[in-house]
Amino acid sequence: MSYVLIIGARSDIAKATAREYAKHGYDLYLAARNADELKEFANDIIVRSQRKVKTVELDILNYKSHSLFYEQLEEKPLGVICAVGYLGDQEKSQTDFNEAQLIINSNYTGVVSLFNIIADDFEKRKSGFMVAISSVAGDRGRKSNYTYGSAKAALTAYLSGLRNRLYSSQVHVMTVNPGFVATSMTKDMELPEKLTAQPEEVAIDIYRAQQKNKNILYTKWIWYWIMLIIRNIPEWKFKGMSI
Amino acid sequence: MSLKSWGRYPIVNNIVYPFESEEQLVPVIDSQGEIIPYGNGRSYGDSALSESIIHMKMHDYFINFDEKKGILHVQSGVLLAEILNSFVPRGWFLKVTPGTKLITVGGAIASDVHGKNHHIEGCFSECVEEFEIMLTDGQIVTCSKKLIPELFKATCGGMGLTGIILNAKLILKKINSQYINQTTIKTQNLKETFAAFEEYRGSPYSVAWIDCLAKGDSLGRCLLMTGDFRDDGQLDYTPAEKFSIPFDFPGFALNNWSVRAFNRLYYGKVKQRISRQKVDIDTFFYPLDAIGHWNRIYGRKGFTQYQFIIPKEMSYEGLQAVLKTIAASGKGSFLAILKLYGPANENYLSFPMEGYSLALDFKIESGLFELLDKLDEIVLQYKGRIYLSKDVRVSKAVFEQGYPQIETFRKFRKEHKMDIKFQSLQSKRVEI
Repeated sequence: MSYVLIIGARSDIAKATAREYAKHGYDLYLAARNADELKEFANDIIVRSQRKVKTVELDILNYKSHSLFYEQLEEKPLGVICAVGYLGDQEKSQTDFNEAQLIINSNYTGVVSLFNIIADDFEKRKSGFMVAISSVAGDRGRKSNYTYGSAKAALTAYLSGLRNRLYSSQVHVMTVNPGFVATSMTKDMELPEKLTAQPEEVAIDIYRAQQKNKNILYTKWIWYWIMLIIRNIPEWKFKGMSI
Repeated sequence: MSLKSWGRYPIVNNIVYPFESEEQLVPVIDSQGEIIPYGNGRSYGDSALSESIIHMKMHDYFINFDEKKGILHVQSGVLLAEILNSFVPRGWFLKVTPGTKLITVGGAIASDVHGKNHHIEGCFSECVEEFEIMLTDGQIVTCSKKLIPELFKATCGGMGLTGIILNAKLILKKINSQYINQTTIKTQNLKETFAAFEEYRGSPYSVAWIDCLAKGDSLGRCLLMTGDFRDDGQLDYTPAEKFSIPFDFPGFALNNWSVRAFNRLYYGKVKQRISRQKVDIDTFFYPLDAIGHWNRIYGRKGFTQYQFIIPKEMSYEGLQAVLKTIAASGKGSFLAILKLYGPANENYLSFPMEGYSLALDFKIESGLFELLDKLDEIVLQYKGRIYLSKDVRVSKAVFEQGYPQIETFRKFRKEHKMDIKFQSLQSKRVEI
């Protein structure tokens, strides 16, 4: 067993993480929609690190396809990293339920559907690791992105429960809460330089934390402290704030 | 977010277009008045600064490696460091590398960078088999020394002013160790320094750290470091963990006294005239890369590097005059790097020529540019020239006197309408 399965492999964090795992000797399944577009990237990793890299078609919103998707992986992965995420348009999601649903399903429902299947397999064989990228936005709802935030909050709670369930089967579950990351998702935002991580830094953090079986990772680390403060602002105060 | 150069001077607002795809690049170029490609931001001055910038770092896929020929095909945003991470353990190294590995392949071509082996291997363009470049009209052409020689000579060292370099095939060099046998030679003055360079000419790699605040009899004393790869089969390369400067040092931290103290310690640390060490790739080639954000040492106002070269037959007098002027000004630099170069190549704007080059870092402060103007005069008097990749202030008049092929470059740009599209603050200042 040598493969790590990367879900949502087209995202910048996923790509950096894929390179990081390949660098440390893992083979990769890169799963995403229009997986063909990942061929050049897969080739990049092969040239860089001489690992085996396979691209696999996966639509996180097509729940019915998930069983078959996992069955068809010839060699089952030793671990899975999910980097699926959709920020969406907050204002639109307030009036257009389709947008709200898309945000919720992309960030939460789809991951639950797929992780349930993988968790069963890992639980039976009593090994493996499951990592999912949630968000600091899930730690507290704010008016600027609470549809996204609430979906990530649900994901965080799901991962916490899954960790609890799989603990006795030696399957480790890690929740990753990135703060600001310079990716194509955030390219139009003005992000404060010192609080913003590059995808490569996030990838290194994920690899190291996963190897150490860390439960919850904030990256950059300073976000642990920022969110500690934000979580502890009393609600009567928080509701009037604009942050 | 505005992009800065390594010297963090000047600070200018700019609109940044991250490279997404070749198709998307065409409308970006079309829609802009003037634009300049930007790699990893390691040129010191304003070479890659402009109102509109194309950020190339995301264009970073490895495409192919031909094991038989040792030719690596990569996109232009790939960092030299990434090449080393993948290929040193497999027994390959860059044929030419500058003193930092944190630059992109595109940047290395545009600056036609050189390293400690210039006297043997020449500039970076010597290891460029071919590259693809997008020209003003969005056309992509394949260029090599043989295929389109004018474009090759204009682009290598052309500071990104001929188009957007998209990918390149690089010739790598076979190694059988990640360790280098280093010899350090301690000299007492400039005469000894020059003699040592001549004596160790056959050594594949050489560079000297020079104490630029030493005066009188000690003027020009240095530590000359030479070396070559070992042959012990040890290729277990893992890049060193980085220590990072967390904040800007206050402006006064670097002054005449602190630099003088550093130089004394650094020079005094080496006791014997000749000593030998076994060092790894990162220590030998990239000592400063081990310190993240080392530019913060120079404080909030930023810094610049002054690098010039003087033809060999005039080097001794020229360097003496420069070092005297610097020592008298008291504006010391604790990074003063001296090297003897091999012959110039045919590229229109490549910096190296046969002679001695000196590179000095200075923090930006009042009186600095006056000193550098004075140094310009000395450099010109001795038929020398200035390195654009480090520069932020040289005048058109001073710059063009050092480059005999400057008009060929200007004409080539005009003929191919490159001058209406690709411009940096620097290219406008020196009018190239």
